[in-house]
Amino acid sequence: MLHDTAQLDLMFQALADPARRSMVERLSRGPASVSQLAEPLAMSLSAVVQHLNVLEASGLVRTEKLGRVRTCQIEPKALRSAEHWINERRLTWERRLDRLGDFLAQTKDEIDEN
Amino acid sequence: MTERSVVHSTFVIERFYPAAPAKVYFALSNPAAKRRWFADPDSPNPSRHEMDFRIGGREINAGGPKDGPIYTYNAVYQDIVPNERIVYSYDMLFGEARISVSLATIDLRPEGKGTRLVLTEQGAFLDGHDNSASREHGTGVLLDMLGAALAAEG
Repeated sequence: MLHDTAQLDLMFQALADPARRSMVERLSRGPASVSQLAEPLAMSLSAVVQHLNVLEASGLVRTEKLGRVRTCQIEPKALRSAEHWINERRLTWERRLDRLGDFLAQTKDEIDEN
Repeated sequence: MTERSVVHSTFVIERFYPAAPAKVYFALSNPAAKRRWFADPDSPNPSRHEMDFRIGGREINAGGPKDGPIYTYNAVYQDIVPNERIVYSYDMLFGEARISVSLATIDLRPEGKGTRLVLTEQGAFLDGHDNSASREHGTGVLLDMLGAALAAEG
């Protein structure tokens, strides 16, 4: 769902800009307010907000307004790792059911005798 | 602080076994038989398995790597129709964190001389799977992908 090409294109476009990359790198260490994000960057707050809008549209970053402070955080990871985790679960069951097949083949005669 | 999230997902797995439904059912319902295929034999720690196979009965399977947190599978049998159907709900704990709550249905249908098994799992996958280290790692991976893509284009 998240890995379709259009979504990846948006992410790559969002990350193609060095300022946005540094914002993502900063957010990968934890949530930050808009002014905290702007601090190390030589640009106006409104330019930072514009970059944030691009990041938000790409699904990489989520922002949330708490009172007068807009907090930003990395967004897709929770979904991506959930997806990973669901695939792992599926794989666990695939392996289990294969072992069940082996078990049934091995015990064919035992169970027949009972 | 744990970031709260929930993702709902359903998956279906099918298998055909050249054995009668009664035999497949036996392997699913008899604790000694189930132990022989349910737990991962490659798991470095032998797992603890308890099973009370009746409606309302519980099943617990716990195990994991030697130094890592224990995975605990905690199930309650909700519906049992011998040789045909087993429905159970279960949650998974990773250490203390509840990482998912699921409803699973195993349907057994006779097919020729064998059995078609259909496992359907509907789950709510919770925030326990996530942590800031993996998030940071994931961002690194994303940036590496970008780097590779740009290099390929250049």
